[in-house]
Formats: sequence, structure tokens, C-alpha cells
Amino acid sequence: MALSGLQIYKLLPQTNCKECGFPTCLAFAMKLAQKGTELDKCPYVSDDARTALDAASAPPIKLATIGAGDRAFGVGNETVMYRHEKTFVHQPGLVVRVKSDAADLADVAARVAGYSVERVGMTLTLDGLAVEDAGGRAAAYAAAVAAARAAAPGLPLVLMSADAAAIDAALAGGAAAEKPLIHAATAANWQAMAEVAKKHACPLVIKVADGDLDGLLELSGQVRGAGVEDLVLDPGATTLAGELAAATQLRRLALKKGARELGYPLVAVAAAPTWQAELVRATQAVGKYAGVIILDHFEPAMLYSLLTLRQNIYTDPQKPIQMEPKLYEIGSPTADSPVLITTNFSLTYFSVAGEVEGAGIPTWLLVADSDGQSVLTGWAAGKFDAEKIAKTVKGSGIENMVGHKKLVIPGHVAGLSGEVEEELPEWKIMVGPRDAVDIPNYIKNVWGA
Amino acid sequence: MTPVEIPVEKWSGAVREVTLGSSYGGGTRGSTVSVGGETALPFLGFEGAMPHRPAIAVEVQDMHPADWSAELQAAWGDAMDDAATWAQKAVEAGADLIALKLRSCHPDQGDGSCEDAVRTVERVLAAVPVPLIVYGPGSADKDNEVLVAVAEKTKGEQLALGLCEDKNYRTIVAAALGNGHAVIAQTPIDVNLAKQLNILISDMGLPLERVLMDPNTGALGYGLEYTYSVMERLRLAALMGDSMTQQPMICTAGEEAWRQKEGRAEGDVPEAWGALAERGVAWEISTATTLLESGADILVLRHPASVSAMRDALDDLTKGA
Repeated sequence: MALSGLQIYKLLPQTNCKECGFPTCLAFAMKLAQKGTELDKCPYVSDDARTALDAASAPPIKLATIGAGDRAFGVGNETVMYRHEKTFVHQPGLVVRVKSDAADLADVAARVAGYSVERVGMTLTLDGLAVEDAGGRAAAYAAAVAAARAAAPGLPLVLMSADAAAIDAALAGGAAAEKPLIHAATAANWQAMAEVAKKHACPLVIKVADGDLDGLLELSGQVRGAGVEDLVLDPGATTLAGELAAATQLRRLALKKGARELGYPLVAVAAAPTWQAELVRATQAVGKYAGVIILDHFEPAMLYSLLTLRQNIYTDPQKPIQMEPKLYEIGSPTADSPVLITTNFSLTYFSVAGEVEGAGIPTWLLVADSDGQSVLTGWAAGKFDAEKIAKTVKGSGIENMVGHKKLVIPGHVAGLSGEVEEELPEWKIMVGPRDAVDIPNYIKNVWGA
Repeated sequence: MTPVEIPVEKWSGAVREVTLGSSYGGGTRGSTVSVGGETALPFLGFEGAMPHRPAIAVEVQDMHPADWSAELQAAWGDAMDDAATWAQKAVEAGADLIALKLRSCHPDQGDGSCEDAVRTVERVLAAVPVPLIVYGPGSADKDNEVLVAVAEKTKGEQLALGLCEDKNYRTIVAAALGNGHAVIAQTPIDVNLAKQLNILISDMGLPLERVLMDPNTGALGYGLEYTYSVMERLRLAALMGDSMTQQPMICTAGEEAWRQKEGRAEGDVPEAWGALAERGVAWEISTATTLLESGADILVLRHPASVSAMRDALDDLTKGA
């Protein structure tokens, strides 16, 4: 749990020597509490105080890193229950599971590694492959893991087996260097699993059944006692309600109760018999606190939905995604297509683009740089005025693209039309609707009339 | 080992209960739907009650919506030519409610008369036993005319009439007030605007037990996160006792999801998007699930496969509650 300024003050020398750059130890302590400075600025801090402060400043949910190299991903370090409080920071890894005896194992591995989709100018990809032990000899499992690694070099792995010998064989076969996540230590096998995880320095999932948090706490103590610190929790709930309850309780325990023993990221095995049911489970897991989500279906439509959802939920709510200010072509606009202008707040852009696209109207969409503000807020803040509109039009080259000179401005800034006309005397300025949803009708009935 | 002490939030407020449909006093419904009443965040049974499971409404239009995704056209087929038939199919598919949109009354869609609208509503009421949500055509003046006519001719059915917006709510609220109906108050993704409209509606004398709020859904990839966070904030405020945020929420997940390119485009999209047959439903399911998790009490859906998936999801989410 984070310490208050006064609690930190009690740990400091209280000499007011000013060498830290602050007038008093109390002022320094207050700044430390706000994370505005570093403890190292105090030359006289005692080792005991340092230990206490370090422990208190450790993140309530420990970071786990899965994989090694470019595609490695970290999960954990979250600090809030709701994304409107502060951004969720480490988006959950989406991992597709394949059985170790599957004939198409290498094929699935390559497809998972190669899957990518573009959205809002970003490339979204899957994060890993889980190889589930189909049972049988440890050597067979190790061979399957080796085949997966060969088919998808560098793709982070989750090794899933109840048999520590199988995991050990796979890791010893070369996988250890890639720091896969081991799934899982249970009450039945934790000594052997902890030993393997420690030996190969890999993160380890501890797993219980049916959201049994008491069991999870006990297992956490046992495994940490055996020297494994990098943990991921699998509460093992089998219903959506059970998963939601366990995930919520674990997040609260870590953030609000400072329960270090349970302060680890979660893995959600979202696998279900149909991709539709799997999508529901994984959707819940994205919003509700999973760090790793394991899927059974390589269904592109489901994966695209989940990658989009993850991007949505993990966007900084204080700093909206901005669109690059430029001329966008919606559909395949021609010299006769309408020209609309709006701001570069991503939601504004997508509302407008979505409407014209949905209505099948090829459109030239000019996006002005409003610092990511919507039309009304941008207008109120002077970021979307006649001058900005004129500058955007002139800088876009749009006059060479169309045979007409009709510019549609948003209805919310109808009052600007006179000024825009002065700035752009050769253009006819038309006032569009206030809401994006009314644009298709406007274009059909007013623009073309 | 000491057992883990489960942290439980103590909430002082609760969501209001709203009941749609009635079987007496003019009402002819075979079933009613109550929503709301939650005393905790969605589906957290260890913390509080969710006395009514969220309901699923299926959107039906009074004219064949030629602009709907090919995937939806294929799913409903000829039933889309007749609102009553379509509504029956929707109930067979698992709808708890029918959300009937009187689109043909829109000045741009044929400008159908109030008499036609009333006749359609009466036909749907006769065809299905479930409660009805009735949306006007989405043109302020026509909404007022049509919804007043419908409200008067269906007195006692306890419909939900929509949409009430800040610039256009008085006529609709008055019609609901005088005829025993509820209303849907829609505001653009903002906590304070939602509260303000609830206050304005309440000030006209309509009991808040007859007000649903629509925080204005954004589809997956098209602003869903804004709706999600506004709904979480509204629900938290409700549980903390802020009276004007305590209305059950209704979300048009289907309309939003299927309006987007992901719900419509066939071919000419990246292979990674998957086929339209799966993609549209995936978009609707993921949008709907996210909204449920943030507090939706009624989901308005479009595709029968999504209805089925969300019914299963609700079974699983309310297990042990």
C-alpha cells in the first residue's frame, strides 16, 4: 500500500538539512508521496527506511513478463478498478491454445504469429501461443513445443501441463531462453512445478478450481516460499459470474487491501465450445482485469473483435486518440463527391466517417487539427475556427480533387459560415447537420439539391 | 491459513425498477418485463442483488429495411416484410421484448400516417405476448405526432416510448404520463446530460419508475469505450445514492454494431477481419457483452444468433446469483 506523506516523514532523518532540494523533510516526504521526486535525493536515509519505502512503493499488482525479445509482453502493474479513474496500462495478452498432439500445430502456430490487423493507424497482433499437453510422454510434449517454436520463432509461449517433467523437458529443449509462461502449479504438483520454474527462471501460473481464493492464497505462500516470485493467478472459475467475481475480488484485494500474496496478474482461460461463447468470455476478461486470455478458436472475426475491444478499453480516457489531420477518402470519392470538414478527435472522425461509409456515400473528409477535441469543444477553445478551417482546406489540395466548390461545415459551428466564406471566397459554405447520424440524409436531400 | 477476507463494497443506493408491459387496466400482455433494482455492480452476486436479469429486446421495423446488412436480411428473410410476422420470429428467437421502430413514418421514408403507425403497433401487440418498446421514426416533429397517437390508442399497455432528447421530450413525456407508458431518455454519452434530462422529465410529473435511460451506445471500435466508462460512472453514482442516475439503462447494441463497416462489408476487406457471416455477429456480441458488464439493463439486438449468444451469456452471468 502506498504510504502517506506523514508516514514517509516518520521514516526520514527529520533534520531538515535541505540537501534534497526541499526546504524541510516534511516537504520532501509530501513530494515523495505524490511520486514527484526520488528517495535517492536524501543522502542520509537509513537502510531500514529504504526497505520500508521500497516495499510500500512496489506496485500492488506485480508485473509479469512473458516471452523474450521483440514480442515479449508485460502484464500487471495496474492501479485502478475503473478505466475512468486512470488508464489501464498493460493490455492483456491474447493467446491461442493448441493441443500438443494436434496435426495442425505448426500451421496454427504460424497463423497466430502472422495474424495482424490495422485499426486507427495501429497494427494489432496476437501475443502468443499456448501448447497444451495432450498427455503422454514428456519427450512428446517437448517435441511439440519445439515444433511450435520452429513454426513461430519469437512468439511468446504458454506451456500448459500438469506434468512438471513435461514442462521441464520442453524448457530444457531450448524453450527456457524464451521465458514462456508455465501453466500451472496446483495444490497437487506445486513443489515440482516451482522447482522447474525456478530452475529455468520462468513465470509461473498458480491455479485453483472454482475461484477458491483461500486455496490460491495458500498456494501463493507455498510457491513463493519455494523461491518463485514471478506469478500469474488462475482462479479457475467455470462460469462467467464466477470469473467476474474472482477477478473483481482479486483486483480489489491487491489494490485496496494491499494483499501482496495475491497481487499478481490474472490469466483467464476463455476457451468455450463455440467461438461465440468464447468471445463473450474473452470480452468480459478484457474489461474485467485479465492479464492473459487463452482462446481455443482461431476465428478471425472473433480475434479482430477482441483486438479492437482491447484497444478501446486500454485507451487513455484522459487523452483521446487523435486522427492525423489530413484529407481522408471515404469510399472512392470522385470529382463530384461531397467535401465535409470535421475535427481530429477520433470519435468525431469515426462518427462522421462511419455514417457516410455506412450509407455508401463516397466522401472527401477533411480533418482539421483541433488538438483532438470534438467540434463543439474545439470551437469553444479556439482550435476549430474559420481560420483553421480555411487553413485545412488550403493545405489539403482538395480544390484539385473536386469539380465543385462546396464545403460542408458541421452544424454545431453554423455561426462560423460567414467568416469561413470570407476566408475562402471561392467556396460555397454549406452548414451540415449537428449530428453525424443526419449526414447521409443531408447529403441526399440538401447537398445534391 | 486464515481465509481471504473478500472485500465487499457497501452501497447506499439502488437502481430503480421499471416494468414494461401490463396485463390489466387496458394492458393485454401475456408477460411483463421488469428491469433494474440492482444494489451492486453488474453480476456481482457476492455483493448485492440483481433482482431482475437484464432483458433482451429485438429490433423490428415497420418497413423492410433495405439498407440493413445482407447478413441480417438473410437471418430474418421474408419476415422483415411484415412487422407482426417479424416480431413473432423475434420472440421465437428468444426476445423478451420487441423494439418496434416506426420508420415508415419518417418524412424521407414514405411519411406514413399516424393511423398507419397505430395500426402497425396494434398488429404487433396482437401478434406477440411480450411488452413493446416503440421508437418514433427519428424526426422530431413526426416523432411527437406518431408517438402521441400510439400512446393514446395503446393506453395501459405500458410501452416504452422513445426517444426523449433534451430538445424534444415534453410531448412524448406528456403522452406517456397520460396513458400509462414509460419513456426512453437519450443523451449523448455524458453523465451530467443524462442526469439533467432525467430531472427535466421528472419535473413534468412522470414517475422515475417509468424512465429508462439510453446513454447513447457507441459500437465496438466506434466509441464503445466512451459509453462503457460513462455507464460505469452512472452506475457507480446510482449505487452511491445519486437519485437522478438511478434509471435502468437501455443500449442499442445491435443498431450500432450493424451500422459499422464491420457489420456490412463483404469482400474488399482484409482477410484478417474474417467473413461477414461471423464478423457482424461477433461485433454485436462483443459490443453487447461490454455494455452488459457496465450496467445495461436492456439490450436491443438485431441478429438472432446474437440473441441466442447473449441469452446463454446471461444464464451464465446470473448463475448462483
